[in-house]
Amino acid sequence: MSVLTNYSDLFLKAFGTTLQLFLFSAVGSLVLGTILAMLRVSPVPVLRAAGATYVTVLRNTPLTLVFFFFAFAYPLLKILELDPFKGAVVSLTVYTSAFICEVIRSGINTVPVGQAEASRALGLSFGQMLGNVVLPQALRTVVPPLASTMIALLKNTTIAAGFSVGDAGAIMYTFSEDGVNMLVGLGWVAFIFILLVLPLTAVQRGLERRWSVAR
Amino acid sequence: MSSVLFDVPGPKAKVRHAVMAVVGVAAVLGIVAFIGYRFYDSGQFEPRMWEWMQYETVQLELISRLGNTLSAFAVASVAALVLGAVLAAGRLSEHAFWRIPAGFLVEVFRAIPLLIMIFIFYFGLPTIDIKMSQFTAVVLGLTLYNGSVLAEVFRAGVASLPRGQAEAAYALGMRKTQVMTQVLLPQALRAMLPAIISQLVVLLKDTALGFIINYKELLDYTKYLGTQGQFGRPLVPMTIVTGAIYVALCLLLTWFAVWLEKRNRRSKKTVVKATEAELEQKAHAASAAG
Repeated sequence: MSVLTNYSDLFLKAFGTTLQLFLFSAVGSLVLGTILAMLRVSPVPVLRAAGATYVTVLRNTPLTLVFFFFAFAYPLLKILELDPFKGAVVSLTVYTSAFICEVIRSGINTVPVGQAEASRALGLSFGQMLGNVVLPQALRTVVPPLASTMIALLKNTTIAAGFSVGDAGAIMYTFSEDGVNMLVGLGWVAFIFILLVLPLTAVQRGLERRWSVAR
Repeated sequence: MSSVLFDVPGPKAKVRHAVMAVVGVAAVLGIVAFIGYRFYDSGQFEPRMWEWMQYETVQLELISRLGNTLSAFAVASVAALVLGAVLAAGRLSEHAFWRIPAGFLVEVFRAIPLLIMIFIFYFGLPTIDIKMSQFTAVVLGLTLYNGSVLAEVFRAGVASLPRGQAEAAYALGMRKTQVMTQVLLPQALRAMLPAIISQLVVLLKDTALGFIINYKELLDYTKYLGTQGQFGRPLVPMTIVTGAIYVALCLLLTWFAVWLEKRNRRSKKTVVKATEAELEQKAHAASAAG
């Protein structure tokens, strides 16, 4: 307990950085992921191919390598300068948006084509069909996996610690300098993550149960 | 093409799509050209930057580092599958004595970020005199995390089977263990194969975390060679090559999963009536965890 009280400032600051990383990259990846999903379901083959290439490459690349690229290789290309924090947000956004794209796309794909055909046959306009038939069902299937992607993002922010960002994962480096008992210190970090993640998982499970569409 | 979102295009829509296609091609080409120009301008295409590829020692070291990555993957994936099976069996048990600890372990190991777990093993445990190599720390972390995710996958697989399967087996006089191992598990494994393999892809990618604690794997060598002055610091080319290796490995695994699934579908023995889209969702829900 003494570690937590002695270093409460460090813990607050580090987890604050973690939450900032999480918030910025959550918003960024939701926006980019939705754009990518729109590309992937668009009727134009070129756009579909572009979206698919992005998703395939990013989903099969380790996040550590994405971080590595933005920390070490990207500065050599001299495009836009990024400090470690911004670099971490960009890495997390670029990586997570590929997963968000897939979740949204597969959510839309779970709605059978017959439902759209039936709506058209009933004379619904495109807007009515989308708003009343397709999107409500797609959203219900999408929200639980979207939540688990977000939980994964929260945990993934720790990787920034390996690339000079002072987030929760980096608390350890201060401890090692001060000679604090590492097991206790890291135990607290793990415990706080459990406190953050478990309620989110519970909510996500609840949504999954309640919102599953009977088909 | 008709989808949920679009009807088969008429003449007007065809024109609109053609315009979008032209704009799309222009945009994609523009982005590629800009990246290409940045590469050219910062000298990434200079032959000096790619010379390292010709050296035999570099090639051999690259292969041995790839071997380190793959051996962490191989050991951790076998261990994670076993741990997953054990934890799933525990969670499905009728005795609270097994069910509650198994559930607790699964939830805890899924909630702790993998890197923190690896830190605990590599930097934390030495304080109580348990020292381990980077390899062991990475493998242990990967096993605990992916094992608990796989436990949930197995459990979902068993839960997705029709109740009649277990009922019929009990009616035939089978014991619980027999029902599980001879009737439910084989079918569940089959149904969940795509999700299991995409979790293994996650595991393969996460071996790169070893880089942060200096496990001598592929990414570690990328950084070492990329900062060597004698090759002109080829960080960008090295990162591209390493990225291509990871993507190729993961795609191989994914193709293996697709092939297995096609093979299963042809045999028409699967009882689970999951649609393709549902399976895809399951697979993504699992793989998002990486």
